[in-house]
This record gives sequence, C-alpha cells and structure tokens, in this order.
Amino acid sequence: MKRTILAIALVCAAAIAFAQTPERPPIKIGFMVPLSGANAQNGRDILNGFLLLLEEAGYQAGGRRIQLIVEDDEGIPAVGLTKARKLVERDQVHMMGGPLLASSAYAIAPYIHAQQIPMVYPVASGDDLTQRRRSKWIVRTGYTSSQPNHPFGEYAYHTLGHRRIATIALDYAFGWESVGGFERTFLEQGGQITKKLWVPLSVHDFAPYLAQVSRDLDAVYVLFIGRTALQFLRQYQEYGLKDRVPVIGMGTTTDEHVLPAMGDEAIGVTTALHYSGALDTPANRTFSAAYRARFKRVPSYYSESMYSGGKWLLTAIEALKGNVENRDVLLDAIRQAQPTGLPRGPVTIDEYGNPVENIYVRRVERVNGVLQNTVIATLPNVSQFWKYNPVDYLKQPLYAR
Amino acid sequence: MTYLITQTLNGLFSAALLFLIASGLTLAFGVMKIVNIAHGSFYMLGVYIAYTVILRTQSLLLGAAAAIVVVSALGFVMQRFFLRRFGNDPLAQMMMTMGFALLFRDATLMIWGGDPFTLQYPGWLRGSMEAGDVVFPYYRLFVIVVAALVGVALWAINEKTLLGARLRATVDDPEMASAMGINVTLLSGLVFAAGAGLAAFGGVMGGPILGGYAGLDFDLLPLAFVVVIVGGMGSLKGAFVGSLVVGMIDNYGKALVPELSYFTLFAPMILVLALKPTGLYGRA
Repeated sequence: MKRTILAIALVCAAAIAFAQTPERPPIKIGFMVPLSGANAQNGRDILNGFLLLLEEAGYQAGGRRIQLIVEDDEGIPAVGLTKARKLVERDQVHMMGGPLLASSAYAIAPYIHAQQIPMVYPVASGDDLTQRRRSKWIVRTGYTSSQPNHPFGEYAYHTLGHRRIATIALDYAFGWESVGGFERTFLEQGGQITKKLWVPLSVHDFAPYLAQVSRDLDAVYVLFIGRTALQFLRQYQEYGLKDRVPVIGMGTTTDEHVLPAMGDEAIGVTTALHYSGALDTPANRTFSAAYRARFKRVPSYYSESMYSGGKWLLTAIEALKGNVENRDVLLDAIRQAQPTGLPRGPVTIDEYGNPVENIYVRRVERVNGVLQNTVIATLPNVSQFWKYNPVDYLKQPLYAR
Repeated sequence: MTYLITQTLNGLFSAALLFLIASGLTLAFGVMKIVNIAHGSFYMLGVYIAYTVILRTQSLLLGAAAAIVVVSALGFVMQRFFLRRFGNDPLAQMMMTMGFALLFRDATLMIWGGDPFTLQYPGWLRGSMEAGDVVFPYYRLFVIVVAALVGVALWAINEKTLLGARLRATVDDPEMASAMGINVTLLSGLVFAAGAGLAAFGGVMGGPILGGYAGLDFDLLPLAFVVVIVGGMGSLKGAFVGSLVVGMIDNYGKALVPELSYFTLFAPMILVLALKPTGLYGRA
C-alpha cells in the first residue's frame, strides 16, 4: 500500500514537473539589412541597436526564448526580396524587422502584405510606405522623409529668420520628399526658394554646384548622407562659403554615423531629425552609455532605430504572453504596443502605421573636443501629415522633383 | 566671367584626377590588352593605405609613398601569378580582374569597416586663393600641378628613354618585340604595377577632397573608362586629352544642366565611338 501511494505520488510529481516546463519552441524574428556593399556600416548600426536590446532582454520575452535570424540584403532590392522569401518560407519567422533602404522597403512590401507577416520598418523613410501605398502589416517605427522637414520649414522661417534659401540635395526620392516637405511649409510662411539643385548619387566633386551658390542667400538647405555629407561639408568650407552662407538641412547630413569623421567644417550646421545622439534625457543617456560600452561607437539614429523598433516587437510579445502564432492578433498587439523609455522620447503610432514623435532641431557643436548634435529646439508630437488633414493630404501627389 | 573662370578651374581639377587614374588604365591596356575592372580598386586601396599610414605618421608624403609601393606590388603579383596565365584571352582576364575587384571590395570592408573618411590637407595647402569673386582652394591647384608633372614625366619616359622605346615597341607588336630580345613578360608586369601605383597615387591626391568610403572603387571606374575610350585605348596622349575633355564637359554639364549630368558625361563617349571607334588617338 505504502509503495503504491509512493508510486502514485512520484508519477504525479513527475507529471506536474513535466507540465511546468512546457518548453515552447522559440519565437523567430527575421531581420534584414545590408551588411555588405556601400551601406554595410549603416546596416551594421541598425543591427547593433537590435542586438543591444535583445541582450538586455536576455533573448526572452513573454516567457519564450527569442531566436534572431539575420540576413544581408546587400542594399539591393532583388536580393532583399529573395532574403525575405527565405525568412518567411524556409525559416518560418513569426515577425520581421528591417530594411535600411527605401528601395528595398518598397520591393518587399507587396510580398510582406501577401504573406501577412507583421513587420517593423525602423529606418526606410519613403513617404508612401505609410501613405498612399501602405500595408496594414507594415508598422513603421522610424519616420517619413518629409516628417522632420514640415516643422523645420516653419522653424527656419520664424526662428532662424531665413527668407531666401537655395537647396542642394541628392537626386532621388529621399531628397525629393525631404526638400518637398521643407519647401511646402517654408513657402507657406512666405519664404522664397531661389534655386533647387539636384545632385546625382554618384557625385564626389561638388565644385560645379558650389559655384552656383549665391553669396547673398540667407541659408542653403542641404540633404546628404554618409560619404556625400562628409565630402559636401568639407568642400563647402574649401570654397569659402561656410563663413558666408549658413548650412541648414536634413538630419542625416550630420548624423552620428558620419559626424566623427568630420572636422570644424560641420560646426554650426543646423538640421532636423527625430533623434540626436546628444539628446539629454535619462533614457538616451542610458542607451548611449550602453551602446558605447558594447560597440565602442557613438550611437547614430540608425543605432537607435531598431533598439526602439525592437521594443514594439518585444512589448507585443509580452502582452500576448508569448502566444504569437495568430498573426492578426500579433499585428494588433504590435500596433497597440506603447513601449516607453525610448531613447528618442515619446512615440505613438498613427492609424496609418507611422510614428507621431518629437522632431529635434540640432546644431553641431564641439563639446569636450568631440562634435555632437546639440538639441536647440524640440518640436513635439509631429505627425507625418503635419498640421494638414490626412485625407486631403493623401489626395495630393507624392513630393517629387 | 567669374563663373567661367571658377568652373574652368574646377574642370581642370577633375581632369587632373581623371588623368592620374586613366593613365594607368590605358597603359595596361596598351601593353597587355587587359580591360582592368580592378583599376578602381587600386585607387580605393591607395586611399585606405594612405589613411592608415597618415593616422600614424601625420605625413601625406609618407602615406602616398606607402600607397604607391603596396598597391604597385599588389598589381605586380596580380599580373605575374594570375592574369599572365590567361595570356591571350582578354575575356578571361577581364573576368579575373572583376573577381579581384570584388575581393578587394570585401577585404576593404573587413579591414577598415564601412565608415567614410577624408584625409587631412597638408598644413601649407589649407585655405583658398581669392581673386575678386573667384575662389579656388590651394589644394586643388596643387593637384592640377602635380598631375601635369606626372603627365610630363610619363611623356618623357615614353618618348625619351630606352624603356619607353621598348614599351612602344611592345604596344605595337608584342611578338616582334619579343623576338627582338625585349622581355615582354617582365615589361608587362612592370607596366601593370606602375598603372596600379598611379591609380593609388590618384587616390591619395583625391583623398583630402573625395576621401575613402565603401563603394568608391566602382564609382570612379566608369569615369576612367569614359576617359580612356574617348582618348583611345592604349594611348597616353589620348588619356591626357580625354581627361581634359571629360573633366570639362562633366563639370560644365553639371553646372549648366544638372538634371542631365549622366547624359553630358556619356554623350561625348557615344559621339566619339560613332565617329571614330578607336577613340581620338587610338589605333585600330
């Protein structure tokens, strides 16, 4: 008798122990950015931010282990599509994050939509991804190209006091949409744009354009990125323009991915973006310190993008207690997630799947010998539609040349 | 008038840089009929090597010397142990240079990472010359002068020395030159190495303005090819004239009709190819 009871007790104990460790399979997150080719470093920054977040979470959320599957999309749209297929069909990921370039983002969007995979876009900023060609399966956690520029156009007119401006920007959608947004609000205030110069992406020598900058302008609005930003500001100073016509522009021009390589030529350049590495808030100080310690680099807006973007995924997984198998439920959870403590400040996602967030006006200064984007103004709660009615806004064509 | 002077000086600078790159490309083609897709990589490697040396020594001169030596050696090895195996098969050689270009590109990314950088100006060349409304940076003037000197030196070697005579003989008829006792294989290796070194030197000269970044190699290669095709493949004089033509047209094209900047760059090439398929100074 005693034995029987003991045996039953043992079986029960074993059954309970067994039931308590229902080792559920890991949640798979697919992630793609360029890790080779010309945009490799930017892609690496985005990935690093995500890695930092996952490490802080111990690769766990909602009681389940998280498995990250990383693919290199090489910055080529066709490759991106192939890699997206691989992640969805072979790896059977539950959700995705990426890519970097708007071209890749547009290329994979129809596929993601058809496959119904919840995905966050941390960086790709093509306006129409969350406007005229939006998909409910794609939640952007970054910004639209025109988003920082709408308020910045008004800021340039009223606060900076500029009246006559010329623009010099890279000749592709990112440039057109950014300049378009700036131009719209700047003209509405009564400003004047005397000349719009479009620079091909392959350009190295900006001399032919610099010779056309009239020295009686109030400012030049520029949009550059990566090495073009470095070359442009260097050559702008070389031609003696720096002390005569101030440079304002899109935040990528002085973003921390290229700022450490710059010299005094960058000082005083005033730009707008939804993040600054020098943003002086507790959340950003913590993030910045952790990122520097882990990767020995200053965080750029790319680094912050997926650290924050990943929080939408983790918050949703927590809310569902790890039950992410139903995609409709997962998508709702991602859209309703309201992660807090983001380095860039408070963010909400609008019904079109794009953030409403702070835009920071930043001026490059040298602090303790290091260049940084000092925040000189915070423009709160900026929507992708600015002050316009979304329905009317979407009836207008996309900003173009 | 100010505008004309400024833009012409800008055009001369473009031409100077193009000449440094294209002269090596055209030399290699002249002697070996190799269409070297890795030529842009030589330029890029030049900047990166100089960058590493300059970080440690603060000397542009040392950086340039290191870049030339290392990249020339690389070019020599590449020609000697790989390209030569495909003696008379230009297509195989071209594909091999393409492979090397991709190899160099990924190696650069692995060694130096993908962050862009620029080289520091030498202290005595900082600042700009100002005459009335014409502003032109000293460093760009310096590059124009250097490229002109390199041009004169190349011309003198080619026309006035025994080495140059052998070189010209080899360009004209490699088999006959070989029969006359000229060591064509060694000469080919040396010319290829010199071309690589010139490209690396071009990279260093352009470094303070264009800098180095991932993708630089394939950004510059098409320009060098346009120059060589306009000037005539294999002709040094062609590279000189081609650089001037392309540098000026490209610069004025970008200044006057920026939306058509690709068109204005490639239009002269198509025109020359249509009227004189061998290029201005090329031989059939």
